[in-house]
Amino acid sequence: MKTEINQENILEINDLRTSFFVGKNEVKAVDGVTFQVPKGKTLGIVGESGSGKSITSLSILRLIDEPGKIVGGSINFKGEDLTKVSMSRMRQIRGNEISMIFQEPMTSLNPVYTIGQQLREAFKIHQGLGKKEGTKRAIEMLELVGIPSPDKRVNQYPFELSGGMRQRVMIAMALACKPELLIADEPTTALDVTIQAQILELIKELQEEIGMSVIMITHDLGVVAETCDYVAVMYAGNIVEYADVETLFEDPKHPYTVGLLNSLPRHDIEQDELIPIKGNVPAPDEMPTGCRFAPRCPHASEICKTHPELTETKDGNDVRCWIYTPDWDKEEVSVYDK
Amino acid sequence: MTQFIIRRLIQLIPVLIGVTILVFSLMHLTPGNPAVIMAGESAPEATVKAIEARLGLDKPIHIQYFNFISNAVQLDFGNSIRDNIPVFDHIKARFFTTLELSVWAIIFGVFFGLLIGIISAVRRYSLLDVSLMVVALFGLSMPNFWLGLMLIQYFALELRIFKPTGWGSLEQNVLPIITLGTASAAIIARMTRSSMLDVIDQDYIRTARAKGVKERVVIFRHALKNALIPVVTIVGIQFGGLLAGAVLTESVFAINGLGRLIIDSILQRDFPVVQGAILVISVSFVLVNLIVDISYRMLNKRVDLN
Amino acid sequence: MTNKLLDVNGLKQYFPIKGGFFGRTVNHVKAVDDISFHINEGETVAIVGESGCGKSTTGRAVLRLDEPTEGSVIFDGQEITALSKSELRNIRSEMQIIFQDPYASLNPRQTVKTILMEAMEIQKIGKSKKERTERVIELMETVGLQRHQMNRYPHEFSGGQRQRIGIARALSVDPKLIIADEAVSALDVSIQAQVLNLMKKLQREMKLTYMFISHDLGVVRHISDRIIVMYLGKIVEMGDTKSIFEKPQHPYTKALLSAIPVPDPKKKSNRIFLRGDVPSPIDPPTGCRFHTRCPFATDLCRTTEPTLERKDKEIDENHEVACHYALDIERGIHKAQYEMHNAREVLDDEDEVIEA
Repeated sequence: MKTEINQENILEINDLRTSFFVGKNEVKAVDGVTFQVPKGKTLGIVGESGSGKSITSLSILRLIDEPGKIVGGSINFKGEDLTKVSMSRMRQIRGNEISMIFQEPMTSLNPVYTIGQQLREAFKIHQGLGKKEGTKRAIEMLELVGIPSPDKRVNQYPFELSGGMRQRVMIAMALACKPELLIADEPTTALDVTIQAQILELIKELQEEIGMSVIMITHDLGVVAETCDYVAVMYAGNIVEYADVETLFEDPKHPYTVGLLNSLPRHDIEQDELIPIKGNVPAPDEMPTGCRFAPRCPHASEICKTHPELTETKDGNDVRCWIYTPDWDKEEVSVYDK
Repeated sequence: MTQFIIRRLIQLIPVLIGVTILVFSLMHLTPGNPAVIMAGESAPEATVKAIEARLGLDKPIHIQYFNFISNAVQLDFGNSIRDNIPVFDHIKARFFTTLELSVWAIIFGVFFGLLIGIISAVRRYSLLDVSLMVVALFGLSMPNFWLGLMLIQYFALELRIFKPTGWGSLEQNVLPIITLGTASAAIIARMTRSSMLDVIDQDYIRTARAKGVKERVVIFRHALKNALIPVVTIVGIQFGGLLAGAVLTESVFAINGLGRLIIDSILQRDFPVVQGAILVISVSFVLVNLIVDISYRMLNKRVDLN
Repeated sequence: MTNKLLDVNGLKQYFPIKGGFFGRTVNHVKAVDDISFHINEGETVAIVGESGCGKSTTGRAVLRLDEPTEGSVIFDGQEITALSKSELRNIRSEMQIIFQDPYASLNPRQTVKTILMEAMEIQKIGKSKKERTERVIELMETVGLQRHQMNRYPHEFSGGQRQRIGIARALSVDPKLIIADEAVSALDVSIQAQVLNLMKKLQREMKLTYMFISHDLGVVRHISDRIIVMYLGKIVEMGDTKSIFEKPQHPYTKALLSAIPVPDPKKKSNRIFLRGDVPSPIDPPTGCRFHTRCPFATDLCRTTEPTLERKDKEIDENHEVACHYALDIERGIHKAQYEMHNAREVLDDEDEVIEA
């Protein structure tokens, strides 16, 4: 993967490591993640539970709670390393230059304040707007995200709105200060598909209007295919494959990516049989020392006991797999098969 | 909101009827005829009858109850057997002392309870948190008459900072307030802590942080208001308990409050005073609960107390 | 000739809403409102729809986990709604349910072996303890778990393995019908595929019948023979899987299918946006329940409820739809009354506010 500083990237993450400390144990939730987000584009981070995708996104805004901690790497946002800036600078960035929306619209809004009060707060913190001006802007934002009669809704409490509407409010709040980067952490997972379609389209439209970049965290390959320009596939705290969206779906390289696509039941085509990935994601304390996917991989061999690096292939995918390196010996039989 | 208050007021009616029936039956369930007690054991039959007639004790029980209610509504609880002064005059003087003591005690409890609870929650699992909670546990398990005696011993008798008895001046008031308020402070602290810890893990707290809100504002604006919702209920229950629990504290500090009035009157079988005082305490308890419900509702727009 | 294993007729499930001064019933949530369908022996019928459509309630009503308000449920020739408690207990061994969260339905203090043995004891399966133990081992292997794992507790298993335990428990009593209520929804794709394949294999081997309740149309297309689409307590469309996916008739089914993101960046979906949210099932819209969100709705839809029937004689004979205009839309005679251009036009002021 290209690691040189590039003016075209809004965010560059290098070798990010975030761990949780439970007693004397260190659980490496994110273990050496590197990626860039090009300006105005959408990067998808896709992975299953425990892959570290949400922890990665929370690390960017330094929202990791105790006992979690960023233990290494850099997060370069417009020339500043977010892992090193002061907490007060971090607060200036949050909700202003980088915003975030979360999975659960039902619980992500404070139940005891009105929609207006919560929207106004963003304007107050970052633009110093008073109550009157803030309310005016809040109504404008609600209108922008397509909430009907915003002047009425602004005085309502979250529980008076449906899930889809609340997610719109979350988006309005995130976009209040026209951020340059929006991190959307599973923004539609808790919503029904027809509402999901509305929300994804809304994010896309607003992205074009504001010209912001988006990081879309999701487990849904359909959402990735529809909304993202680039995709990073995560597995057990590592990025195992990175490519532009068409390359990834057309020509997936990493055995895990291939496995994911093969095990996905699809509504748009007829499939004979699903080919699942065998086994389970290893528990954090049983993480293999070499390639973390090796115990589940149909191709694993002796060399996979050493940890592979993310390497560029001729087709444009960056893959963390020995198969795509000159060291790969085709003849060797899998050592992991029982 | 107005509709809610009206509805709650209407719902109070059966509660109050229940309370009055209980208080009314006190007199009739306790052994011994009040008229006999008033007249003296050896009084002639005719005197007893006369007293019964004056007190209305010869009428059927439901008429007696009705009279009791209609008088009580006019704050007329009859006259004290002891000194023939209207019961209400007895109560009036004492009630405000007890109320004052309880209000100060609950203010003490809420202030220190919230303070300790919030500090503990914010510094969770730290040494400070653990020590504060141990102290709270002590406060909770100490009987308050013992705490009162210890405070008197140390602060009044040895250090001579405060006075050991009475009510009215600052020097007199501090020790009873601490004595009565400590247990409440401890309970409120523990409740606040667990409620805050619950709230701090909520998604909307993360949302607030992601918005760039300062940590102080996150705690006091976003978390506390939510965390207070269960605490308010506890405060209400505590306050009701304090009104009734003031009895012991009043005895220890020799304060002329409602509690002491009740104890003295019981010892002297002064039934009208006992009745009146208990009724006043019960009604205050009910009213406090109403206020709690209303503030709960104001804090938490979601509850529907249908 | 196929044999109807389950026959549901005019099923209604209303839940009372208490309110007012004295906790009277002030209204009802009409969770399921007069639906009829059947499931043949050995087939998989999926019930799909979004939250609040009544799909899970239907599953529970069939098992009589809730007492149905009205209607009949005939299972294997027996009227379920007329059975006494003890008769019901007997028949429950033939109908098993698997839930979305297997963890919540497994006693955390019992080993897998105890859980499975207990289920068998209740239903008096197996003569002796030894026989039952043998069956536990057999079940463990059937669902792809190791025999030595039977002495472990539920928390020692991963989500996928726990769902396997849930399946093993359901199978332990030799059921005919398994109701899978979002059984694979909480699982990661790679694990979901394992469980789906297992369910298919078991169906082949044990001649099981599945009632598969899910919101995931990808999963549904993969596993089911027939599909029932529900919306706000009503069946809006019902038919063979292939027919539903390839020739959906109801505007709701079409919108639902078009709303699912396709995992193929080259396929540009022709998305139909639906206006607003699902209305409240307490006071469902008159006429066709979908009319508030349907771009094709007319006055007829607002007043008259459409019946579920086969509209297009060209398509599959099992395919029924409840829409006045299904055929006219198909033929291009009836056009949409309005068009949605972007995601911000889809809400309107009359949107039902969801009272949580």
